[in-house]
Amino acid sequence: MSAHGEAVAASRRPIARPTSGRRSKDVGFRLALLGCLGLAILLLGVLLWDVAADGVDRLNFDFITSFASINADQAGIQAALTGTLWLMGVCAAFIIPVGVATAIYLEEYADNTKWYNRLIEVNIQNLAAVPSIVYGILGLAFLVRGPLSLGPVILAGGLTLGLLVLPVVIIAGREAIRAVPPSIREGSMALGATQWQTIWRQVLPAAVPGIATGVILSLSRAIGETAPLIVVGAATFVAFNPEGLDSNFTAMPIQIFDWISRPSNDVNNYLPLAAAGILLLMIVLLCMNAVAIWLRNRYEQKW
Amino acid sequence: MTDERREQEPGAPEREAPGLRLDVAHGESGAPAVAGVEPKPRAQREAVFSLRDVMVSYGGKPAVRDITFDIGEREITALIGPSGCGKSTLIRCLNRMNDLIPGAVVDGKVLYHGQDLYAADVDAVEVRKRIGMVFQKPNPFPKSIYDNIAFGPRVLGMNGDMDEIVERALRHAVLWDEVKDRLKTNAFGMSGGQQQRLCIARALAVEPDVILMDEPCSALDPISTGKIEDLMLDLEKEYSIVIVTHNMQQAARVSDKTAFFTVELDENEKHRTGRVIEFDDTEKMFTNPSDPRTEAYVTGKVG
Repeated sequence: MSAHGEAVAASRRPIARPTSGRRSKDVGFRLALLGCLGLAILLLGVLLWDVAADGVDRLNFDFITSFASINADQAGIQAALTGTLWLMGVCAAFIIPVGVATAIYLEEYADNTKWYNRLIEVNIQNLAAVPSIVYGILGLAFLVRGPLSLGPVILAGGLTLGLLVLPVVIIAGREAIRAVPPSIREGSMALGATQWQTIWRQVLPAAVPGIATGVILSLSRAIGETAPLIVVGAATFVAFNPEGLDSNFTAMPIQIFDWISRPSNDVNNYLPLAAAGILLLMIVLLCMNAVAIWLRNRYEQKW
Repeated sequence: MTDERREQEPGAPEREAPGLRLDVAHGESGAPAVAGVEPKPRAQREAVFSLRDVMVSYGGKPAVRDITFDIGEREITALIGPSGCGKSTLIRCLNRMNDLIPGAVVDGKVLYHGQDLYAADVDAVEVRKRIGMVFQKPNPFPKSIYDNIAFGPRVLGMNGDMDEIVERALRHAVLWDEVKDRLKTNAFGMSGGQQQRLCIARALAVEPDVILMDEPCSALDPISTGKIEDLMLDLEKEYSIVIVTHNMQQAARVSDKTAFFTVELDENEKHRTGRVIEFDDTEKMFTNPSDPRTEAYVTGKVG
């Protein structure tokens, strides 16, 4: 029988079931993937459970409204909570306009053949990988002291954190802008819109979900950063809320670190305070992310 | 007014005219506005575009060259020819959309009502207000139908009741009855044919003088194609239309004049460049073409 004849004869046979060898590989692969996912969730779960076991009792309204105190029973996290919220506010107010504007420039206006544009591009990736304490030193040298001499205040702390996470926003923003199809830009330009009108009215609204994701990731990283804030001069024992951008401050990670490093005894047990602080930090983080995710979903486009 | 325009023969030294002349409103013909006088016969109408030795190169390599013909006012001119012969490249010259492609260079003269479109003092954005474009793949914006149509008038700062402008544009594009109850729904909910008519309505809303269509029906089924061809014949009364098409029957059905492109290899047999072989009345080109290559293409022997 010719090769063609054999093929014709083969097509007449009923379609075979998958062989057991192939099936088991398929199933095995799926199980491996599920296993990895399970491991990651398990680790996170164990961590949360451990913290919650220590801290959930201590997490109550008094905890949020009290200030720090030597007396462990009376201590609370209010100063650190408001400090963190202020810092996140300043950080977001800085990274959103600067990050989005940089992403727009690099994607829409920059000529890629020019050396300085290529230099910027390469270095943004590098900046995202620099250790956070280096940004602390940068903030100390240029914001707290040096040219701006702001002092160890909220504005300096917020800007330092902003510089730290800005590369993430720029990278995410660029990806989001790049994902907008060129046909939309062409359609807009063909109607007689200027480049800026096209960017502001078509490209940016379509890029909001990606930019929001970048901002979520950035703020999530910034909220937990301790080292740069210590270098910039966040106080450890603070018994007041920040009053303005030029106020001294503390932040939740620093307060938690302080409580953990104190020796505990039967009279003053600081560990539950630290655990409760961690839980509260996660709750604040979740709330921030929820707001950003809600914003992202509102502007989501289906192409 | 009429004398002014006749003086500006193609090739004559241009006058200093900042921007595009605003006295050339669409709807004016070369005929004097005197009651009882017949509009000029087609052969004597003014040319909307005069192309003289136009050559377009991408990165130094010519894509299309030696293009010399006139496009008449308020008639449909078709550009036909095999793939890759530069028809889309040429039509994009007419509204300076090639400016958006880095490395694209346009040589030669492209005159619009006697004015050089590529003069240094002509604003490309102004050009595109007068010369609209519909693309091959329908590209509605990810907004509602209403906002799609309203986008052009809004960015151009057109005065008037937006509801009225939108309705007029949709009626003009024979889409009003189909969508009048769902103007605020997303434009992507429409069929392909409707989306393309939406794109045409969008181009009409800014009240252009000329409509360029780059293979507007190639992504559509025959029924939608038929509707759009009927629409073109209707629009011809008020607008000048230039259409690129792969479909010879379509060119034969709708166009008044046709330019036949072909592709030639250069001396080294490496690079392909497009050229216009023949430009004539459609009827003549399809029944009695002058060039044997044209005859081969329109009778279906090649291409």
